Order: sequence, then structure tokens, then C-alpha cells
Amino acid sequence: MTVNATFIGQMLVFVLLLWFFWKFVVPPIAQAITDRQKKIAEGLAAAERGQRDLDEAKTRADAVVREARERANQILDQANRRSNEMIDGAKQAAGAEGERLLASARAEAASETARARDELRREVGALAVAGAARLLQREVDPAAHAKLLDELAGEIARG
Amino acid sequence: MATAHGAEHGTTPTDYIVHHLTHLKVGEGFWTFHLDTLLMSAVLAVLVGWVFRAAARRASAGVPGKFVGFIELVYDFVDGQVADIYHGDRRFMVALALSLFTWIVSMNTMDLLPIDLPGSFAAVFGAPYWRVLPTADINGTMAMALVVLLLIVIAAIRAKGVGGYLHEWIAAPFGGHPLLWIPNVVLNAVELLSKPVSLGMRLFGNMFAGELLFMLIALLGFLVVGATAGSAAGFLAQVAMGTAWAIFHILIIVLQAYIFMVLPVVYIAMAEEHH
Repeated sequence: MTVNATFIGQMLVFVLLLWFFWKFVVPPIAQAITDRQKKIAEGLAAAERGQRDLDEAKTRADAVVREARERANQILDQANRRSNEMIDGAKQAAGAEGERLLASARAEAASETARARDELRREVGALAVAGAARLLQREVDPAAHAKLLDELAGEIARG
Repeated sequence: MATAHGAEHGTTPTDYIVHHLTHLKVGEGFWTFHLDTLLMSAVLAVLVGWVFRAAARRASAGVPGKFVGFIELVYDFVDGQVADIYHGDRRFMVALALSLFTWIVSMNTMDLLPIDLPGSFAAVFGAPYWRVLPTADINGTMAMALVVLLLIVIAAIRAKGVGGYLHEWIAAPFGGHPLLWIPNVVLNAVELLSKPVSLGMRLFGNMFAGELLFMLIALLGFLVVGATAGSAAGFLAQVAMGTAWAIFHILIIVLQAYIFMVLPVVYIAMAEEHH
């Protein structure tokens, strides 16, 4: 264990190795690690951004679905209301038509009755004139007894 | 790591230890070179540099493969340690810590090779001695520590300027009174020099002791003389103790490299602080 010129050689070797590491080993490795760190940071940021976008899209989709559901309900309500209205309208129209038909039937029946009554009166008048003629064995002049006959026909019609 | 074939026949335990503690040398006096230390550390430096360069070339912002991922794991660990200590542009500090850590781990790991294997391998090429562990050579550890010392001084001068740095030598920590200049200089010298000395000696001491313990465990192989109960006991003891020490030594290998990685960064961060 004596110190001798080996010392100088060893210093030289070490200095060369140190220089080599300084110039050719550390910079590329440091660069690669820095680049990778940046890449990983970017990747993480992108993933976060993607997650945020996804969340946003989900929220938006939820809103759209909710809106669509509301709209559908609205449309359904509207349709129900409209159909009810239509049914009601139809009912009313049918009722009115029925009334009208009833009224016209009644009116017709009444006019028919009146006509029948007139006819009847006329026939009764004729019959009464004929009967009276037969009873009197002679011709009754309807013109002469028109007043009487009318009274009679009026009584029949009333009765 | 110790193996059962510890003893070379015809040598005593002392010869065995001395043989394992002798460097392969060329030169005389101060101008002696430990070829084993120089070659092993250089080969490992090239290996570590090549492995990390290969990973660095392949590193990209995409998904890393297993190899690049492992290297990045090591890088991240070292980078995290440096970031805790050193604030500011730490690219050079990371290079310093990473090269120290990986190089020292690779050199320390040589201690786990079977203890006689490197020597036997070197003998094939005609080398009579081969110490495989550059960090158990004080030249190896103190050389790194001295480079760290220079970096500390350079960092301090860069942060404070030459004038500021010299002023700190004479005016800190006691104060700027002329009577206190000498105590300040003495204390600063001790503080500055204690850093590389403790760094280098700590690593050297740990690895030298670890290596020596492997050698001592290998000496149990001398008990193996034939089919006797003593041989069996020696063999089993060598295997058991060698395994236990090797497993424990893994911790020391990494721990010492970690200490040698962190402390220079701490020292440089301290040197750049203004008093």
C-alpha cells in the first residue's frame, strides 16, 4: 500500500470516465426522462380532459333525454286533451243533431197531426153534411149552412 | 470469493497472503505503476461507460425496454440522491455521482470473484501477481478522492470567485481579525484535506479488509490435506464462512459505493455555500 504513479493513472481514468458520463451518458438519459415526464403529463391531462368531456356529454345527453321526455309528455297530454275535446265536440254535435232531428220529427208530427185534423175536419164536415142531407132527405146547401158546419167542424177538431 | 482450492501447494499461509497482496508492478520508486489496478479499473470504466452509453443511446420518451429501464432506475436513484443534496443545475453532479457509483460498484464487485481465479488467469499470460480489486489499492481510492478535492475547490471558486474563496480561507470560520488568520487557515486546511483523506481511506479500508478476510477464509483450505476429519471440517468451514462473508460483502460493496457517491456531492454543495 504505497502511493506511486498508479495514482496519476487512476486520476486520469476517473477524469475520463467522469467526462464521458457528463458528455455522453447523463444528457440523453436526462432528456429521455424529461421528455417522458412531459409525455405522461400530457397523457394525464388528455385523459382528464376526456373524462371532463365525457361528463359534459353525459350531462348534455341527460338534459336532452329529459327534455324529450317532457316534450313527449306534453304531446301526449295535448293529444289526450285534443281527443277529449273531439269526443266532447262530437257528443255535443250528436246531441244537437239529435235534438234537431227530434224537433223536426216533432214538428213534422205536429204538422202531420194538424193536417190529419184538417182532413178529418173536412171529412167530418162532409160526413156531417152528407148525414144531415140524408136525415133531411134533401140537399143541404153547404154554402147556406157553412157557418153551422164550420162550428161543428171546429168542435170536432177541438174535441 | 474463497474456494476450496485456496492453497497453492508448496507455499505457507504467509506466502499465500503476501502473494495475494502483491501488485503486478512496472517501474521504480515513485514511478511504479500497478498494472493490475490500472488495467482492471480502466477495463471496468470502459465497461460501465459502454453499458451506460448503450442505454443512453436507446433511451427515448417511449416505453423503455428492460435494459434501458434498469439503467434508468439506477439513474433515477442517483438523480434523486443528488437532487436531495444539491440545488441548482445538477447535470454535472449527476454525472459525477453516477460515474463514481457505477464505477466503484463494478470495481468492488471484483472482490466477489473466486479469490484465486484472477491470479490463475493472469498466470496464464505470464503475470506472477494479479490483484483484481482496484479499490483495495490506495492509489485507486485516493486518486478518486483527489479528483473530488479538485472539484470541491473548483466549485468553491466558481461560486465565490478567486478573491471570495481566498478571503474565506483567512476569514472563516473565526472572523476577519488579522490575529485569527492563521487559525482560520489551519482549520480550513484540515477541513479541506480531511474530506478526500476520509473518502479515500474509508473505501480503501473497507475493501482491503474485505479482501483480506476472503484470503483468511481461503487459508482454511490449508487444512485440507487428505481424507481426514480435519480436512472435512476445514472445507466445510471455508465454504460456510466464505459464503456468509460474500453475501455480507454485497452490502459493503454497494454501501461503500453509495457513500463515495453521496459525500462528494455533499462536499461540493457545501463548498458553494456562502458563509
